[in-house]
Amino acid sequence: MEENENSLFELIGVSYLNVLDIPSLTIGRGITTIFGPSGSGKTTILKLLNRMISPSTGQLFFNGTELRQTNPVQHRRKVVMLSQNPVMFDGNIRDNLNAPNTFQKRPLLDESLLFSALETVGLGKDPATPVNLLSGGEKQRLALARVILLQPEVYLLDEPSSALDDASAEAVVETLCLKARKENRPVIMVTHSKTIARKYSDAIITIAGGKSIGQELCSGRDN
Amino acid sequence: MEGIIELTLWQVAAAYLFVVIVLLIVKSRGIKKEGEIVLSSVRMTLQLILAGYVLVYVLDNPNPFITAAIIILMEAFAIYTVMAKFKGRLNGKLKKIIALSMGLGAGACLLYLIFAVIGVQPWYDPQYFIPIAGMVIGNSMTGVSLAVKSLLEGMTTRRQIVEEALILGATPREATADIINQTFDSAIMPTINSMLGMGIIFLPGMMTGQILAGVSPTTAIAYQIAIMLGILGAVAVSVILALQMGYRTFFNREEQLV
Repeated sequence: MEENENSLFELIGVSYLNVLDIPSLTIGRGITTIFGPSGSGKTTILKLLNRMISPSTGQLFFNGTELRQTNPVQHRRKVVMLSQNPVMFDGNIRDNLNAPNTFQKRPLLDESLLFSALETVGLGKDPATPVNLLSGGEKQRLALARVILLQPEVYLLDEPSSALDDASAEAVVETLCLKARKENRPVIMVTHSKTIARKYSDAIITIAGGKSIGQELCSGRDN
Repeated sequence: MEGIIELTLWQVAAAYLFVVIVLLIVKSRGIKKEGEIVLSSVRMTLQLILAGYVLVYVLDNPNPFITAAIIILMEAFAIYTVMAKFKGRLNGKLKKIIALSMGLGAGACLLYLIFAVIGVQPWYDPQYFIPIAGMVIGNSMTGVSLAVKSLLEGMTTRRQIVEEALILGATPREATADIINQTFDSAIMPTINSMLGMGIIFLPGMMTGQILAGVSPTTAIAYQIAIMLGILGAVAVSVILALQMGYRTFFNREEQLV
């Protein structure tokens, strides 16, 4: 089997039920955008990469290792996914930012880290604010801050800006992409917006009807 | 103390007035429960009459095999009752887990009560074994039934939360910890509540029965305390076994929700 040194993920003959059917796809280490209409299977790809689901057929490699041979929970801690609909746990902003640490029985995060993460996503709220007082957009920012605090090896972002207005959506995506690039962490992002896709990505994967149609390289690195 | 007043057939029949009252209430409210109320009253009556005759025979002819057979039958019926209650909502694995946890939880606590606490001689004496088994098994059945209900509900209504926890790197155990704890709490709540009110708000059935039968109240309460603690143990052990094994059935080997 040919191994591409630069590939982060490699999909060979991957299908998932009758939702997705991808003969071959390589995802590199930069910022990759998956672009396509609703229901085309974008989220399904992210879930496969995060191992929330497993391919019905075919093989999926991460850093050259077949995913089936790795521990799913350990994998999810490295390759963290931001869900399309921000799901909030009971409690306040602080509880939600700390939720992954609570689950993993790790020490809680320092307040200064919480503030800096909230700042990155542009959520200027007191960490003691109950999450049920937040708007949809604020919840999305909070969910993003939660993912950033995990410092994942790879970011999987499912419509990171779907609940935000255009201007703030771009600002959030931009901050995140710059941060990820600076820290050399790959990003795989699903979006509806061709503008965002073109502006920030190194590669755009277009998908329609559960099949990947093409991959184009772009100049996102200039931004 | 004098012996107990024997109830005549007519006296017992007079008690059915309560069923009539309940039927009138549900009828006037338009609650469609008449069938169930009649069925449960009839079944209760027939099952108790049958149990009465069986017990007369068993108590007169103590035999280890008969005692053991009756305990197994009670346990099997309790397990069957839980399964029937959740018909179509349990997968094969969960059914096995329910049977195992009820058998082990109630079984272990029952044996401890009979042998270590009360020290029944001979061990199979049906006069002790059967009523105590009934209480322990019955309560563990109620507990497991509540636990299964709350677990199924929790895993349905909080599915998104569980999924999000998995996405953020939680193991299935961590992702379901809240659901499991709340489920355990709601399953042992009735037992805890009845212990809180015991002796003040209500006098439990076994103690009342013993007192009615002429046993000294101090002996009756000693038994009641032992049984109540045995019930608490049986409920807690069978519920926690069911939950500890049960939550796994909602996940596959790749730690994904199924």
